[in-house]
Amino acid sequence: MDWTALWLSMRLAAWTVAILLPVSILMGRFLAYRQFRAKGLVEALVMLPLVLPPTVFGFYLLVAFGRNSPIGDLWQTLFDHQLLFTFEGLVLASVIFNLPFAIQPAQRGFETIPPEVREAAACCGMSPLASLWRVELPLAWPGVMTAMVLTFAHTLGEFGIVLMVGGSIPGETRTIAIAIYDRVQGFDDRGAAIMSAVLVAISLFTIALTYWLSARMGRRLS
Amino acid sequence: MALEVMARAQTPIPLDVAFRVEPGALLALVGHSGSGKTTLLRTIAGLWRPHTARVAVNGTTWLDTTAGVDLRPHLRRVGVVFQNYALFPHMTALQNVLAAMDTPDRMQAQRILDLVNLHGLADRRPAQLSGGQQQRVAVARALARRPQALLLDEPFSAVDRATRERLYGEIIALRASLDMPVILVTHDMNEAQLLADRMVVIEKGRVVRDGTTAEVMSDPDALRAMGIRELAAMLPAVIVEHGADGLTRLDAPAGALFLPGVEGAPGTRLRVRIMAHEVILSRARPEGLSAQNILAGTIARIVPGTGPGVMVHVDVAGHEILARITRRAAEQMALMPGDTVHAILKSMSVARDHVARTPDRGPGDEAPVTKPRFHAPR
Repeated sequence: MDWTALWLSMRLAAWTVAILLPVSILMGRFLAYRQFRAKGLVEALVMLPLVLPPTVFGFYLLVAFGRNSPIGDLWQTLFDHQLLFTFEGLVLASVIFNLPFAIQPAQRGFETIPPEVREAAACCGMSPLASLWRVELPLAWPGVMTAMVLTFAHTLGEFGIVLMVGGSIPGETRTIAIAIYDRVQGFDDRGAAIMSAVLVAISLFTIALTYWLSARMGRRLS
Repeated sequence: MALEVMARAQTPIPLDVAFRVEPGALLALVGHSGSGKTTLLRTIAGLWRPHTARVAVNGTTWLDTTAGVDLRPHLRRVGVVFQNYALFPHMTALQNVLAAMDTPDRMQAQRILDLVNLHGLADRRPAQLSGGQQQRVAVARALARRPQALLLDEPFSAVDRATRERLYGEIIALRASLDMPVILVTHDMNEAQLLADRMVVIEKGRVVRDGTTAEVMSDPDALRAMGIRELAAMLPAVIVEHGADGLTRLDAPAGALFLPGVEGAPGTRLRVRIMAHEVILSRARPEGLSAQNILAGTIARIVPGTGPGVMVHVDVAGHEILARITRRAAEQMALMPGDTVHAILKSMSVARDHVARTPDRGPGDEAPVTKPRFHAPR
């Protein structure tokens, strides 16, 4: 059992969730309430990582994070080391490829709030921020929470993109999924089996937790 | 602290309207759906901005498109009861009321809930309340905002008939404690006549008529769009007794009135809506007639209309009732102002929901309770 890899995966997932939570709320809310001409295009862009093969997506990230790209160059200047094959690079890639999981369920959550309930919040004297905190977030919470759990679980399981932009550096970029692959390559079937089982258990637990929590929220509102 | 409203727009619907509501007055904004009444309410609340508009309350300008003033909705001290109430579904009734308060005060919130007859239901969520109870929470929440203007958008349209009748009575009773301008948007002329002091009739975004409820409800030209058959007068009456046959005997100006099953203890003061087209006029006091109600009066005036009908205003002991009869009948009878006539009304022509309580409490009514008044901060 590669505990370092598991711990790395957990850290990666936690960072991804922490960064994507505000993005999920702001973007989900924006896409749920606003109607604008390019909305379809924006929604398609958000969903793109879902349909692209991880290798294609990973390839573009590899190019975008490389030392010859503006992003890679800026990173090099700011932090004096490259972005590729580092934990930070992995977090950034993870944030990007989780956008559909983080935004879409949150958007659906905000879409369930009737417009007049939001208007009522304003007419009750709530500022937009107060309205978000006291009315919109509690009502959209099942969606936002689903988004975060999916993001967490999906980060644990992502393989292709991590391999493309991170490689397999122990303690830096070797996630549990990569570690399993390495074990299989090294004919360590037992190790691979244990780690796979652990990953299944964690994923199952998080997903089951979401279903349970959202059922509880649903009961509270009806 | 009167509420002044002016709005002009081409889209989404043409609008060219100006009116004023005095503090403590209830103005009914009536018109068909799509006439622009809800758009006007949204303009006052700040949820919509027409091309050119001005909204001022108590001298404070909320919206003035020419001067570039447009206060955000949450900065306008406005109470809104939405058509489907728009309660916060994750909050209890009490929490809904607290949510509208500047400084949440549980005692005060509880008092407001008591005021709208919701004792004991403070901890229920909206989903656990009936339609009528939800409407009461919405009214309580709007009042908790301590509004400088109270806006009611078709607040009775989502409840059944029996609940609606009860809620009319509650709103009438509540009005005694309100000192801000109130606007009721409705397409129900009965509702408007029972509840409002003044009426503004809107048609295709324009004001057709602006006047007291009595003026508007006796003017065929004002009600052309809403239906001539809505023309009606309001007559005060006091319950005398409930007969064993199901008829209630009322004491009305110029005589007794028998109406089917009116609710209320003897002594309860009511207002009865008498539809102009249901009233028959007779010179002599008729005999051998099935109609139970015959009120003697004198003709105040006769107003001819454009069609085959005329409106006869009959003074009945200082109160006016209306009779819409044909011009032909008026000529045959040679009716003239000052003539004595008898107004005849079938008991069965007065619908249950055409009877409303008078806000001032009469003898025999339940003991008056001291109620908090809602003052908007100056």
